[in-house]
Amino acid sequence: MINAKRLWAIFKARNHEFFRDREAFGWNFLFPFLIVVGFSVIFGGDHQTEFKVGVFPLSPLQAESYVSSLPDELEKLRYVRFIWFDNFDQGLERLLHHKIDLLLQIGSTPYQYWMSDSSPNGYIAEKIVIAGLTAKLAAKRAHKQQIYGRNIRYLDWLFPGILGMNMMFSALYGVGFVVVRYRKNGVLKRFKATPLTAFEYLTAQMLSRIFLLMFTLVIVWIGCDLFFHFHVKGSYLDLLAVFLLGGMSLTALGLVLAARGTSEEFTNGVLNFITWPMMFLSEVWFSIEGAPKWVKTIAELFPLTHMLRAVRSIMNDGAGLMDLGIEMTALFAMTLIFLSIGAAMFSWNK
Amino acid sequence: MSNRAISNEDLIQIREVKKEYSSLVAVDGVSFSIPRGSCFGLLGPNGAGKTTLIEIIEDIIPATSGEILYKGRPRSADFREEIGIMFQQTALLAFLSVKETLTTFASLYHHPADVNQLIAQCHLEDIKDQMNDCISGGQRQRLLLALALVNKPELLFLDEPSTGLDPQARQNLWKIVESIKAQNKTIILTTHYMEEAQNLCNQIAIMDQGRIIAMGSPTKLIKTFCKGVTITLPDSENITNLEALSTLVQMGNGNLEFRTNNVTETLSKLINAKVDLSEISVRSPNLEDVFLTLTGKRLRD
Repeated sequence: MINAKRLWAIFKARNHEFFRDREAFGWNFLFPFLIVVGFSVIFGGDHQTEFKVGVFPLSPLQAESYVSSLPDELEKLRYVRFIWFDNFDQGLERLLHHKIDLLLQIGSTPYQYWMSDSSPNGYIAEKIVIAGLTAKLAAKRAHKQQIYGRNIRYLDWLFPGILGMNMMFSALYGVGFVVVRYRKNGVLKRFKATPLTAFEYLTAQMLSRIFLLMFTLVIVWIGCDLFFHFHVKGSYLDLLAVFLLGGMSLTALGLVLAARGTSEEFTNGVLNFITWPMMFLSEVWFSIEGAPKWVKTIAELFPLTHMLRAVRSIMNDGAGLMDLGIEMTALFAMTLIFLSIGAAMFSWNK
Repeated sequence: MSNRAISNEDLIQIREVKKEYSSLVAVDGVSFSIPRGSCFGLLGPNGAGKTTLIEIIEDIIPATSGEILYKGRPRSADFREEIGIMFQQTALLAFLSVKETLTTFASLYHHPADVNQLIAQCHLEDIKDQMNDCISGGQRQRLLLALALVNKPELLFLDEPSTGLDPQARQNLWKIVESIKAQNKTIILTTHYMEEAQNLCNQIAIMDQGRIIAMGSPTKLIKTFCKGVTITLPDSENITNLEALSTLVQMGNGNLEFRTNNVTETLSKLINAKVDLSEISVRSPNLEDVFLTLTGKRLRD
C-alpha cells in the first residue's frame, strides 16, 4: 500500500535537487538546443559541403578566380567542394591523407582523376563527379519526377532524435547513477531506517524523473520551435502520450541500473555500454535502413527505437496512436518488465 | 552473555545474535536486554562489532542467527515508526536546507515531531535555512541527531555520535543527549570515547572481537574490574621490585602505570626506593582502565 504523503515528500525533495542544481538544470535545456542549432547550421543552408574534390593545376592566372575555370558541368554540382592545388604532388599528398576525397586533373579531355579505393567518401565523390560530367547522356536514360507535398527537412527528422537522446541520458543518469551514488554515501540507508518502503521510494524517483523529463521536453520543444518552426502533421496530444510512455520506459530502465551496486565507476561503465549502442541503433542521428538484420533486431530491444519511430510517424506522417499499436505496446511492455526487474532486485544498501 | 533476567520493563531483548561474513565472525552470539528509559552504551575499539550489532538491532542488516524482540515481540513494520537512528556515516540530501531536510523526513512518519521545536531542541535555529552542504561538522551532527528525533522515537540509536567533533562541539552534543535522556527515552549508544560512555550511559556493555566481555553500570564495572587507584610516574631505573610494589598496568611514552589498593603503602615504598615523585599522578580508575584490564588494549587502538 502506497503512502501518498511519503511519496510526495521524496518526489518534492528530488525535484528540489533538480531545479536547484543550476549547472545541471541549465545544461539539460541548453544541450539539446545547442545540438539542434549546430545541426541546423551544418545541414540547414545551401553551403553544405559533403565531399571534397581536389583540382589541379592552378595557373597563376586562375589564382584569383579559379572557380570559373571549372567545367560548367562540375561547377553546378551540389554537395561538392572543389579545392585547388598547384600541382599533382600537392593534391596527391592530401588525397593519401584523406583530406580530400578525390583528385581531378582538368585541362584537355578526357580528365584524369585519382581516388583511394578504401575511401567510402571517395567512391561517392567519384559517382557524383562522373554523373556531373555525363549529365546530358544520363538525361536520355532517366527522367527526374517532381515530389509533391511538404518537404521534410533533415532537422525535422533529427529533432525527435535529439529530444529522445536527451531523455535517455536524463532518465538513465538521473535515476541509475544518482541512486547508486545515494547508496554509496549512505542516503539510502538513512531512508531504510524510516517507514518509507522501497516501492514508494522507487515510484517517487520514477514520477519525479518523468515529471522533469516532460518539463524539459516542453521547454526545449517550445524554445527550438520558436527558431526552427517544426511541423507536426499529427496530434500534439498523441506526441505527448508517446513521449510520456517512452520516458516511463527509459526511467524504468534507469531503475534496473539503480537496483544494486555502490560503485559509481562501474555504473558509469554500464550506462555507457547501454547508452551508446542505444543512441546509434535507435536512429537518433541516422537511419539504420539497410543495416544487417541482427543489427535491426538489437535495435528493437531498445525503448528509444520505438519511441522515436512513433514520434517521427506522428510528426512527419500524421500517424495517430491507433496506428502505433506495436510501438506503444512495446514501450508499455518494456516499462512493466524493467519496473518488475528493478523492484525485485532493489537493495537499500548493497 | 546476559547479566540479568529479562523483565517486562525491557524494551528490547537481544538473544544469541550472530553475524558472519564468509570467514569473519563480526558478532558472536550476543545476548542482552535494555530496560525502558535507560541509556545503554556499547563500548569497544574500532572493529569490535559495535556498528554491525547496532545495525542488526536497527533492522538495517539481517543477523545470521539469533532473535531480537521489541516490546516482547519480533519487530514488525511499526518498529521503524518508533525508532530513531543517528548513523555513524551518512550523507544528507543535496540542495535541501536544514529545515527542508527535517520536513522531508518528518513527512515519512505517521506521528512526526514539530520541526520548529526540533530545530530549537538541537540548536539549529541559526542554520535552519542553510543548505546541508554549507554547515559545519558539529552542526551536521546536530542535524543528524534532529533527524533521528524527527518521529519522537521511543528507542533512539546513536552510533558514535561525537566521532570527529572538537571538544566544544562534543560537549554541546552531549548536552542535547542529556536533555533527551531526561525525557525518559531509551537510548542505545555506541562509542569508543570512554568519557562519552561514562557521562551518558546507565548501563554499558564492553565489546571486543564480536563478543560482550563485560556488562553493567559504569560504577559497577570499575569496582569489579579495577580496584584501587592508578599511579603514573616517569619510567626510571630507580624503580625496583615493581611487581612487589603493585600491579603494573601499562608501560609506554616514557611512563609507568601502577594500580594499587593501598596508596600510602605504595608511596612510602617508592620513597624508600628513592624514586623521584615530582611528576607523579594519582587517579581513580575509569572505563578505559576496565577495558585495558579486560582486553589488554586501549579503546582507541
